[in-house]
Amino acid sequence: MFEILQKTRFNDYTVHMVLKAPMIAEKAKAGQFVILRTDKFAERIPLTIFNADSAKGTIEIIYQKVGVATYKLDKKSEGDFIEDVLGPLGKPSKLEGYKKVALVSGGVGIAAAYPMAKVLYKNGCKTDVILGFRNKEFIILEDAMKSISNSIEIVTDDGSNGKKALVTDMLKDKLEGGERYDAVLSVGSIPMMKAVCDITKIYKIKSIVSMTAIMIDGTGMCGGCRLKVGGKTKFACVDGPEFYGYEVDFYEAIIRNRMFKIQEDRAREKYCNLYKGVKL
Amino acid sequence: MINNSKIKESMPTRSAKERAKTFEEVELGYGEETAIKEACRCLSCMAKPCVSACPIAVDIPGFISKIKTGDFKGACAVINKSNPFPEICGRVCSQEKQCEKACIRRKTGEPVAIGNLERFASEYFENSNENSELVGKSNPQKYKIAVVGSGPSGMTCALELAKKDFDVTIFEALHEFGGVLVYGIPKFRLPKEILNKAVNKLKLRNVKMINNCLIGNTITIDELLNSGYSAIYISSGAGLPKFMNIKGEGLSGVYCANEFLTRINLMNAHSSDYDTPLTELGDVIVIGGGNVAIDAARCAKRLGTGEVTIMYRRGEAEMPARLSEVEHAKEENIKFEFFKTPLEFVGDEDGKIKEIKYQNMVYFGADNSGRKSVIPTSNEIHKMRADTIIIAIGSETNPLIPRSTPDLECDEFGKIAIKSGFTRTSKPFVYAGGDAVIGAATVISAIDSGKKAALEISKDFEARS
Repeated sequence: MFEILQKTRFNDYTVHMVLKAPMIAEKAKAGQFVILRTDKFAERIPLTIFNADSAKGTIEIIYQKVGVATYKLDKKSEGDFIEDVLGPLGKPSKLEGYKKVALVSGGVGIAAAYPMAKVLYKNGCKTDVILGFRNKEFIILEDAMKSISNSIEIVTDDGSNGKKALVTDMLKDKLEGGERYDAVLSVGSIPMMKAVCDITKIYKIKSIVSMTAIMIDGTGMCGGCRLKVGGKTKFACVDGPEFYGYEVDFYEAIIRNRMFKIQEDRAREKYCNLYKGVKL
Repeated sequence: MINNSKIKESMPTRSAKERAKTFEEVELGYGEETAIKEACRCLSCMAKPCVSACPIAVDIPGFISKIKTGDFKGACAVINKSNPFPEICGRVCSQEKQCEKACIRRKTGEPVAIGNLERFASEYFENSNENSELVGKSNPQKYKIAVVGSGPSGMTCALELAKKDFDVTIFEALHEFGGVLVYGIPKFRLPKEILNKAVNKLKLRNVKMINNCLIGNTITIDELLNSGYSAIYISSGAGLPKFMNIKGEGLSGVYCANEFLTRINLMNAHSSDYDTPLTELGDVIVIGGGNVAIDAARCAKRLGTGEVTIMYRRGEAEMPARLSEVEHAKEENIKFEFFKTPLEFVGDEDGKIKEIKYQNMVYFGADNSGRKSVIPTSNEIHKMRADTIIIAIGSETNPLIPRSTPDLECDEFGKIAIKSGFTRTSKPFVYAGGDAVIGAATVISAIDSGKKAALEISKDFEARS
């Protein structure tokens, strides 16, 4: 059982939690994640480790309420316990050896992008950060990110923050304007990362993507998170989550990520009927 | 009082109709009278070929003669001398390929139903002095030992070491204990209560059990050694599922058997109380011929309304699956397509599986292990409709522990290499066994490695003290 020490609502949809998990905190590195099961009936879901403090024995996660698993998690309050947390899982991000990178993040992908930016900053790498959100309400961690980046651009899908654009538009602008990077790191939705790769390819820039996949055990056993990378079967949980973007079969990844969409939608509807007032 | 019947006492079984939609256990077990009758078919022959054919040499005639006299607790105690988990082996061992295959009664009829009798006897396990071989008051005082993984091999090693008063801790990555016995084998074959009973034997012996801890990631092997553990037994299981690397394996509706079975067995996807989903199954094709393939097919049959077909590239006689499970699968109306190999999975415009392209195969020589090989009969490609594909063709090794333990040598396939005896690795005080070493194998071979590891560990430490 893992205690929730702190719960902070960033906005209606996005929540930050501090969990007591000393063994995981001891080990966690940027890019790694946990598998979490809120209660005995819940699904096991992967969530990025946003921050870890080995001295305090805590890890932090940020989740967006998208389905029953995260709604259930959101029902928990400070002082409550989460049934299972396993980690740290996946390979840590490779962030050494860069002088200048672009870090592109969409939505709650910032939970992974922020710890990466922190390591890059510590390594003396100049990081141009591009963040995309659905609308103004969804923007989180702006100041924190600003303090460790070379430059920062924040865009929204609806322009409610005054800047209506896609993250890929901003990346394109920079590259067309002559900016060059040792690598472009992207973390967000799969179509977004694919679009980033389509652009970086033109400029022959190394493109690293952080793949999200449906997982159960997170240790390589179940094979649910498999991806085609470089024509071979890879597992996001033990081989990833980061891969060379040009090698990833994004089409297959998109198909696999929506394999349970009908069931997920149905479950969410049922859950929301049960708990009236939960925002869809 | 020898029973001369040429055929076994039949195993009482839930009817195929009754079990079509339930995960309740299929085989119901012998009653006392039937067990005694069947036991009396054993000739107590001098040669004891059954004992030689058992990987852990259970004293089979010994326990059967106890059943003959009605001493059921005694029978269980005899088994427990060499097998701590007869309630599991009696249910999942392929007896027809081992002890029963060697039975002298096969010369004139069916072998003694050793598996059924083992299962019967296991019900008389008692936490008492009478069964002191297995359960007594443990007094952990010797060395601290870490066991990695709570599958059959880890459970056995932990229990055997605890019996020798070692202070044992099992580390399990999943939230439940039992390894493949939990996530792999369906409840209609191994009910949850039976597994709990087995796991409870460890608790009775004061084995400490820690879940949600992935050795290699949460704690490394070296950290365990540096934090007071004198030795480590790695029994982390088979690891990554194998794929065929053919076109369309990533389509929606294509599962690997581990995922499909884990969703059901570990996450209870078949129960509406649990959140983990399964897709609408429709017509299902399972690829493979082992126990995992049969388990997946039988789960699919219970959950869906469509046809369930097992496609295997060899013939029925070459199926590695346990015979009685194949028979049960047939009774449950699962179709078998032998001598067929998939070439491609074809999807619709949404990326959802719709059909499978395959070739017909024929035997052609044998592989290195002497097993029959197959080649295509012709270049002709056939098609079969499918809404769900489940791939059950075995597994490869898991890289997590070797990756985080640089001085742990592995063989060319990534399996942990054994350097001396049966379980000693290249790294001092680190032992390994079960599927992590031998590749996906049987429960009984995992139990065998667990026993050998316990023996080698205690031997090595007795030499030290």
